Amino acid sequence: MARNVNLDIALTHLLTRKRQTIVAALGVTIGIGMYIFMNSLMAGFSRYARNEIFKMNPHMKIFREDEISVPLDGHSTEGNTMRVLINPAITTTSKSLLDPQRLLENVRQISFITNAMPQVNVDVFYNKGNSQCKGIANGINIAEADAMFNIGSTILSGSLEALQGNLGGIIIGKGIAEKLNLNLGDNLTISSSRGVLKIMKIVGVFSSGNKNTDESKSYVNIAAAQQLAKQGTTYITDIYANTINSNQALEFAQNVQTITPYKVEAWQTTNSDLLSGDVIRDIMNGTVSMTILLIAAFGIYNIMNMTITQKLNDIAILKATGFNGSDIVGIFLRESIFMGILGTVFGLAIGAICISVLSKVYVGGPIGTFPIYFDAKVFFRGAFFGIGLTALAGYLPARKAANIDPVSIFRK
Amino acid sequence: MSLANTNAQSVVLSARSIGKYFYTPEKLKVLKDVQFDAYKGEFLTLVGKSGSGKSTLLYCLSTMDTDYEGDLFIDGERITGKHPTQLAAIRNHSIGFVFQFHYLLPEFSCLKNVMIPALKLGKYAYKEVEERAYQKLEILGVQDQALKPASKLSGGQQQRVSIARALINDPKIIMCDEPTGNLDSKNTQIVFDIFKQLAQNNAQTIIAVTHDTDFAAASDRTIELADGRIIN
Repeated sequence: MARNVNLDIALTHLLTRKRQTIVAALGVTIGIGMYIFMNSLMAGFSRYARNEIFKMNPHMKIFREDEISVPLDGHSTEGNTMRVLINPAITTTSKSLLDPQRLLENVRQISFITNAMPQVNVDVFYNKGNSQCKGIANGINIAEADAMFNIGSTILSGSLEALQGNLGGIIIGKGIAEKLNLNLGDNLTISSSRGVLKIMKIVGVFSSGNKNTDESKSYVNIAAAQQLAKQGTTYITDIYANTINSNQALEFAQNVQTITPYKVEAWQTTNSDLLSGDVIRDIMNGTVSMTILLIAAFGIYNIMNMTITQKLNDIAILKATGFNGSDIVGIFLRESIFMGILGTVFGLAIGAICISVLSKVYVGGPIGTFPIYFDAKVFFRGAFFGIGLTALAGYLPARKAANIDPVSIFRK
Repeated sequence: MSLANTNAQSVVLSARSIGKYFYTPEKLKVLKDVQFDAYKGEFLTLVGKSGSGKSTLLYCLSTMDTDYEGDLFIDGERITGKHPTQLAAIRNHSIGFVFQFHYLLPEFSCLKNVMIPALKLGKYAYKEVEERAYQKLEILGVQDQALKPASKLSGGQQQRVSIARALINDPKIIMCDEPTGNLDSKNTQIVFDIFKQLAQNNAQTIIAVTHDTDFAAASDRTIELADGRIIN
């Protein structure tokens, strides 16, 4: 056969009802367009939020977890019981990791770790005259920290290099600078929780985009932090490590846990509150976008049902002249799939246009432009659902058409 | 008549003890033990009063109505109980249909309407099918209308196009339900002559339900039904 007669009939039906075909396809177009737009925006926003997390958090942290004292239980002997009551309390005297250099070397050698760095965190007060503000000083090697968190991009004034090897230097958050009216080059008195006082020179001011962080965080050299903590050069409170794939951080953390007794925590655990928000957002987004697609599919279903009701005579004569049930299903299914493909193609195009326009629209704040981007996965899923749902929506009426009894039509 | 007699030995369709019930509004036996043979090249008419079961019988013979008792043979092959897909194939190559209404597909030209059953059969290439469809339209004298949509034709022309469609696959049997019911006397005569020729020249069997007594009287053989039984 030169041409498939079922396809021929299906196409003729579509072309003689252009208006109806276009209206049905338009429903799918809008549905798919919205689906692509919403999902791309969600994916873009998730990616943005993820990047925000990784500005502050490594993929995993290794630190000494506070230990709680266990109440001593008295020797319980018959009739002669002695109970020793002790209030549970934190017994950790030092937050330091033991032999941190070796642990760091071991961690760096693991294949899935891309980079790792030591850190000394000290609780401090920033003082100027009588004004005081509380915060945490991060003792780091600034080059390593920049490699991990891209601190350089957050610097408002001063430079990272000025801190390199400068034990008296400090980079403070924008919030601290505003509260204490400090500027680049000013001196700042730091008092630590261990009672050490240190006057440091401000070599940089950063803005992370997070108000709390900007009002409490400062960067100093590791050695300076060790002095503030009144500890020696082996005093390291945390080891931060990044991995090759942030999504697998939980497994990687478990893996690293096998080589150290200290707590290894993946970023997912640290930020579980943000991630649970992600889950809810995904569910909402999925429900809304699937509903839009279902409504588009219902449009196809209605139009096909109407078409078949109008074409009872045609179906009867086709069956009389030798078209069987699956031929009839084939004819009407082709029509709805064609409308589905037409609608989906235009829907994908509209989605793509939306993305390319919106990704240039400025929404303000720390977000900048719309966090929307092309994700091939979203387009594949959109095409799959668009064509799949219209095929299903077309199959049900087509099935009905195939079951029409031609005799009842001819005998009317 | 002489032709029917010379082919008397060659049975094309045979109905054996056909019985059928209608269930609505209440159970009613509309066909009772109907038994007859149709021969090759025979022009057969089924007549009877309204409600006699003649159309019901035709639709049982057509293979479209499968809800009957008894056995139906076409060309010696038992048709009763076959799968609907097989029945559709049998209708496609062995039976042509002409109804009171033309049932031409409104979106297609007359030519395409004639071609569709042949395209479904798939025996000939598209070009050949087109050529054959022209030939059939020519036999029926409506080749000039080939490229027009069916709705632009007169009633008589539409009916002739629908006959051309019935002929396109050279079926052994042509079944008609009141083929002249909507036609004036001139067109009735034309259609009658066409059937007569098909039976005589092509040795095709015509089985036509009609209430036109003149039409029936001029056919080779008439079977009369009353209350679901053959009475003559």
